[in-house]
Amino acid sequence: MNSLPIPFIVILAILSLAGVGIYCLLATRNMIRVIIGLQLIVKGVAMAFILGGNMTSNISLGQTMALTVIVADTIVAVIGLAFAVQVRHRMGTLDIKELSTLKR
Amino acid sequence: MVYVLVAVSILVFAILAITSKRLLVSAIWLAVTSALSALMFYMLGAVQVAVIELSVGAGLVTVLFVFAINISGEEALNLKPIMPKPLAWGLVAIAAALAIYLIISGGGLSFALGNTTEEAPSILWGGRYMDIILQIALIFSGVLGVLGLLSEGKPEVQKEDEE
Repeated sequence: MNSLPIPFIVILAILSLAGVGIYCLLATRNMIRVIIGLQLIVKGVAMAFILGGNMTSNISLGQTMALTVIVADTIVAVIGLAFAVQVRHRMGTLDIKELSTLKR
Repeated sequence: MVYVLVAVSILVFAILAITSKRLLVSAIWLAVTSALSALMFYMLGAVQVAVIELSVGAGLVTVLFVFAINISGEEALNLKPIMPKPLAWGLVAIAAALAIYLIISGGGLSFALGNTTEEAPSILWGGRYMDIILQIALIFSGVLGVLGLLSEGKPEVQKEDEE
């Protein structure tokens, strides 16, 4: 177990986060769960930026990239949750298939 | 060994976050995944991002999730998924295999922990000034999003007015 190089372990963590998030986006119909899937994907992406910065001996650049991604992801979560709350108020459901008709 | 433990914990809690029946429990597992990601960032040498991830990802976003779930209510959706689950897992496996192939064919992996040539704040404020302006614009749109989260629409009254 000790012989596993650290980048491979981190890459596995990145792929698992992104994979679980993509599966959530593909399979779920609940709007709030879709946002949870997006959050998981973006956590993996931020980790990939930091690993890339570390492997190119420029962790500061990776940190600034990850910071930008985290800020953008938080705003996406806020707007997505606001959208979900408003949809729930107006249409009475969080099922994204119900939204595909674009009528009440 | 610690890296393996943290990576496996991230995977387990991420799966728990998407498979929990209750949305509130999912939000809590997402917060735990965020905290473990922050620990991984710290171990990789990204101290500032680790602190921000811990405070924003595990703190602020979780509070927003709990708030939104409380407003919109726990809606149990035991409906058929959009895509059959085996097909979704298959697509994820294909994407992961492609990513691993690209990583392996791209050359070897070298790891240089702590070799920093420039400080993060100087890169952020000097080299990436445009990103800062864009982030400020994003934060303003986030404020508008919070207003949307807090405002309560009155669809029934509007409907009566139209009639």
